[in-house]
Amino acid sequence: MSTPEAGLLVALVGNPNTGKSTLFNALTGLRQRVGNYPGVTVARKSGTCDLGDGPKVELVDLPGLYSLAAASPDEQVVIDALSGNIAGDRRPDAVVLVVDATNLLRNLFLASQVAELGRPVVVVLNQADVAKEQGLRIDTELLSRRLGGVPVVLSSAWKGEGILDVRRAIALAIAQQTQLKRVAWPTNIAAALADVAAAAAADTGKQISEADAQRLLFDTNPSTADRLGWTIAQREKTLRSARDRVRNSGYNPMAAEPLVHYAHLRIILEGVVIEGLGKAGRSAAVDRLLLHRFLGPVLFLGIMLGFFGSVFWLAKFPMEWIQSGVDWTKTIVAPLLDAYPMLQSLLADGIIGGVGAFLVFLPQILILFLFIGILEDSGYMARAAFIMDRLFSWCGLNGKSFVPLLSGFACAIPSLLSTRTIEDPKARLATAFVVPFMSCSARFPVYALMCAAFIDPLYGAGWQSVVMIGMHCVGLLFAVPTAFVLTRLVLKAKPQPFVLELPRYQMPKPRDVIWRMWQNAAEFVSKAGTVIFAITIIVWALSYFPRDASVAERIKAANPSASEEVVKAKLQAAYVEQSYMGRFGKAVQPVFDPLGFDWKITVGVLASFPAREVIVSTLGVTYSVGEGAEADSRQLRKAMQDAKWSEGPRAGTPIFSLAAVLALMVFFALCSQCGPTIATLAQETGGWKWAAGSFVYMTALAWVVAILVYQGVSRIS
Amino acid sequence: MTPLSQLLPGQFGKLASLNPERGVDQRLMALGLLPGMVLKLIRRAPLGDPLAIEFGGQVVSLRLAEAENLIVDVAADCPIQRPRQP
Repeated sequence: MSTPEAGLLVALVGNPNTGKSTLFNALTGLRQRVGNYPGVTVARKSGTCDLGDGPKVELVDLPGLYSLAAASPDEQVVIDALSGNIAGDRRPDAVVLVVDATNLLRNLFLASQVAELGRPVVVVLNQADVAKEQGLRIDTELLSRRLGGVPVVLSSAWKGEGILDVRRAIALAIAQQTQLKRVAWPTNIAAALADVAAAAAADTGKQISEADAQRLLFDTNPSTADRLGWTIAQREKTLRSARDRVRNSGYNPMAAEPLVHYAHLRIILEGVVIEGLGKAGRSAAVDRLLLHRFLGPVLFLGIMLGFFGSVFWLAKFPMEWIQSGVDWTKTIVAPLLDAYPMLQSLLADGIIGGVGAFLVFLPQILILFLFIGILEDSGYMARAAFIMDRLFSWCGLNGKSFVPLLSGFACAIPSLLSTRTIEDPKARLATAFVVPFMSCSARFPVYALMCAAFIDPLYGAGWQSVVMIGMHCVGLLFAVPTAFVLTRLVLKAKPQPFVLELPRYQMPKPRDVIWRMWQNAAEFVSKAGTVIFAITIIVWALSYFPRDASVAERIKAANPSASEEVVKAKLQAAYVEQSYMGRFGKAVQPVFDPLGFDWKITVGVLASFPAREVIVSTLGVTYSVGEGAEADSRQLRKAMQDAKWSEGPRAGTPIFSLAAVLALMVFFALCSQCGPTIATLAQETGGWKWAAGSFVYMTALAWVVAILVYQGVSRIS
Repeated sequence: MTPLSQLLPGQFGKLASLNPERGVDQRLMALGLLPGMVLKLIRRAPLGDPLAIEFGGQVVSLRLAEAENLIVDVAADCPIQRPRQP
């Protein structure tokens, strides 16, 4: 995975909110690649970095973190990446520690831990402009000396200052193998570490680095032991006696690491920072307003509604352009293949339709990530989570679940991608799992059609609004208990404490925001896009084949005096009826019979598994009013209102009774009918297990609830 | 000796003890919140939970339930501000 030019790998490590990604973008420019670390849903961002006069290197931007204690997948990836334990990745030739110049002590704790890994190090004091504004003067030479001679450079990545110094420092670190001064462990702790290393080496037959020994001794998390293959039975006794030894020397073994490191750092920083007169940051004043007891939530709602409304409305126009572009392409391409109806349909409905099916999501993804980028980089996202956390904590989610769930009302795809902002993997998974329950905009045409055809004419506009609002709440009603059960009973991982830094407010840098927006969109197109495309082609094939020429003759013979258009519509209906999809629909209709669905609705339901909005045009086809039917089609409404059961106990009664209409809407509210959602869920959860689980769970739930609605309402009305 | 969760907004306290076995406390220690450190409760979230505390030049949010086991000393040598009037 390293660059061919030089083969040198440099890692960027630092706390969150240090401007690390801005520095990464400044160092690499647009020469970046985004991938995934094997087996985990942690993105691997890398790029080519020029080192001034030195060689070109591959720079990898590791996830932001506060400590190397392996508590989350992000932290584990950083440890593995720095120690060269990632398959296909080399051990970095140098580590750039990005440090917030306004808070050296806390930031250098991570640096001090990284020093234990023994890699050549550069320390970059970023956001130096802010430090200067606050009146802080940092003696970089003294700090460099105290840290054992590693290069220490000031930079302000936001303003593009000091970037060349960083490049030169990296080259220097590689050339001189500059090592950060390591902490001197008290004798008893050093002895305990040696005991652990020796026992682990003896039991596993592997060489145990000092950094590994520290993780084994200090962490409650067993991930390091698991990676080394040091079993509980083997390690239990050694670790207990080693920890007792630490305890006897006066340190709590779980607190020893930060205590020793921070004491070491306080000595190093003695006299390094000179505090002069400066402006205090404005963040506290802004927080007094934005986190105010009454104004805070009001402003929050305003910001979120503005944000959510924009995703919904701004995306509408480009989505319409894409849709009409796709339709236009079809009308241009289709006539060229009039002689080959199969190829024509494959190209127009299968391939062009399939490309359109995922391109249509791009505007929403781009706009959502534009906003998320602004919210995150400005520092408001952490405040939003602070305000909302109480509403989500009781069901195992956290304040950061709010944005994905809200944007789920527009579309599940971008909101699934936005669950990446949730650090706690358990809350992230649970949020992603319930996002598809939010009533997305693709459900709207179904509700609109049903309400316009049945609720409004029979019960009036008042009830129509009630039903509309009710349908938007049904999903939420089931999402909350689902999250509760999932986090309490199903997911065994320990929930992570919700310790969240409320960082300094900052002006987002347009380049960073736009760049991240672009990367997310590109990843969606390359990963989920292919799956969505494949699903569309499969469903196309199922509803196209087999196509028997005799059907056309039969329809023409049966309707000798009908107009060409009517014959065409009837022919389409007949083709679908005898396609694999139609046959399958008839075969499984008994499954949907308790929901009050006839075979035509069943075919509609089956055909709309890749994309639920397809139901309207499928009903248009099966009810012989033509393919182009839309939710406001008067013809389709009329055809559905007139539809009656032709056989069975319900013969002669309308198919679309109130019970069936409500059951159908509830079914669409809850069912997992969206190929892109499933594909994205698989991408974001790192495998098909949760995607399949979501599909089965939502579909089964939709089926059961729709039966209850149909049977219940039929009895009452 | 008071649990951190009972501090009033604007009040300072010196961290007397934490429980290093707990994940929250490990996180806070990594951020530099060690026994003996002075911290300030800045505010509660509008719904009463979580809390925002300031220590070592940074503002950190943590949940009420997680703040209960952090014992602080509202001692005389801590500057105490009167809670802001709402």
